[in-house]
Amino acid sequence: MNAPVRIDLKDVSSFPSRRVEAWKYTDLSRALRETPPVSPYADVAPGGPFAALGGDELAVVNGHCEGRSGLIAEGPGDHIARLRFVSTADGTGHQARVSVEVRAGASLLLLESYEGRAAGYVSNVALDISLGEGARLTRVVIEDDAEDAVSIATAEVSLGEGAHFLQTVLTTGAKLQRHESRLAHPGEGAEVRIDGLYLLDGARHSDLTSVVSHGGLNGVTSQLTKGVVRDTARGVFQGKIIVERGADGTDARMGHHALILGERAEVDAKPELEIYADDVQCAHGNTVGNLDESALFYMQQRGIPADEARALLTQAFLIEVVDRIEHEGAREVVREWLTARL
Amino acid sequence: MLKIENLHVAVGDKPILKGLTLDVPAGEVHAIMGPNGAGKSTLGYAVAGRPGYEATEGSVSWKGEDLLGLEPAERAAKGVFLSFQYPIEIPGVPALTFVRTALNAQKRARGEEEVSAPAFLKLVKAASAALKMDFDMLKRPLNVGFSGGEKKRMEILQMALLEPSLLILDETDSGLDIDALRIVSEGVNALRSPDRAMLVITHYQRLLDYIKPDRVHVLAGGRIVASGGPELALQLEAEGYDKYLPVAA
Repeated sequence: MNAPVRIDLKDVSSFPSRRVEAWKYTDLSRALRETPPVSPYADVAPGGPFAALGGDELAVVNGHCEGRSGLIAEGPGDHIARLRFVSTADGTGHQARVSVEVRAGASLLLLESYEGRAAGYVSNVALDISLGEGARLTRVVIEDDAEDAVSIATAEVSLGEGAHFLQTVLTTGAKLQRHESRLAHPGEGAEVRIDGLYLLDGARHSDLTSVVSHGGLNGVTSQLTKGVVRDTARGVFQGKIIVERGADGTDARMGHHALILGERAEVDAKPELEIYADDVQCAHGNTVGNLDESALFYMQQRGIPADEARALLTQAFLIEVVDRIEHEGAREVVREWLTARL
Repeated sequence: MLKIENLHVAVGDKPILKGLTLDVPAGEVHAIMGPNGAGKSTLGYAVAGRPGYEATEGSVSWKGEDLLGLEPAERAAKGVFLSFQYPIEIPGVPALTFVRTALNAQKRARGEEEVSAPAFLKLVKAASAALKMDFDMLKRPLNVGFSGGEKKRMEILQMALLEPSLLILDETDSGLDIDALRIVSEGVNALRSPDRAMLVITHYQRLLDYIKPDRVHVLAGGRIVASGGPELALQLEAEGYDKYLPVAA
């Protein structure tokens, strides 16, 4: 799992199958038997789920972006950028590689959206994210893919000394969807928060995979993922934290908690801590359960109809992830996005 | 007002209520007393509609309307309120949000206009002050980390705001010290009115010093085995439930 799989939509042999350990629960070769026809050029009007928050917009439509292939944040002030991946062509495939650079001392709020506006598309996105010394990046990702889409996004993140990387991924899944983040944590003064939320129904699938590798002293990582699956949906969480030799004083905490609300729904969780250093504080917690029946009855007894009670309890369960988003505007957009989907 | 006839309830395969008959007229407070395991809590759950406590026989009607065919939330909108012996903690849902959601859901179900946020806040402030509750506590998740006494006050606060017409108090005195018991009882007594009925379920006579019943019923072996005036409670306190147990067996 330490070596990333490079997927090329033009080469069927690059599609991992479940025999590849890191893709065990997300069998791309089975979902995609041949290379999809290439998506055409298209335009979209500025907007997306984060439009109200303004900022610079980079829209990647069907894998194509106008003129530039990345974002750079530098200089004083809190920068905002909206990075949109939009799919508009039925039954076609596209891939894109985008870089995001937050230079030393700069601060960026990156609002990333995956917007499915077609049926049966295949999207493959690779992001190279780098944070300079003392840089700060808050990355909030909303994935609204079509139910019959295949959507893969992989981010490689490098952090300079004292950098802060704060990520929240929220998704409703797709036919097959994976969001992968790979981080090299330099330790000392640098901080990582890497959270996720999945809310899946129908036959949707979502895989949130992350690898955080601590290479320096006293690094801090905090990870919280929460999910709800209904019907025959399948949620996958693979979180790995590696503490390399010499990375003493590392403080890493990982939590994954899921509710299974359908008898045929499924959650596969694989939390992993690989520790090669001494004197570290690492903990992980993983729970899978159902809504509390006595709480449901209590709420109904007070007059709240069963469906509303379930939605309220589900929201209460998930909201902890949303509350960890420090930026108020982004938090509110996400809260509304979630409420509308319960 | 509340009319229960020949009610049979089984929990799982085990029959708990075996032909319970009870009438509570409007404006009256009736106490249900009985030994542990007699079916007291089951009676409350069956009237409120808890899943797993369905009637296998008999009827329950409220203001002439059958309750057993209704969902729990529909019963609540008709005025049924069950105060839990152990109120449930709801993590992530602030008490204020919870009560306002419940109140407006009931109003919607009855075709009434919903209460606006400012109007609701005003109502809550008055009601919580009357119960000597710290208003800030209501911003916390419902019952999470509340003491036993705080949870019971929270129940009474909900009663005061939801204004139910049938109040069922299940062992409301359990876990309360004397001061809390007095405050909670005052809250309940403030709700006594000619168009409300109350069913006070309790093991001990103590609560009935504070909430004076019009009638007292002894529930044993799944049926009402004796009924009388308030003096019956005192007699039970003195003599215990022993003499009713053979009847139950």
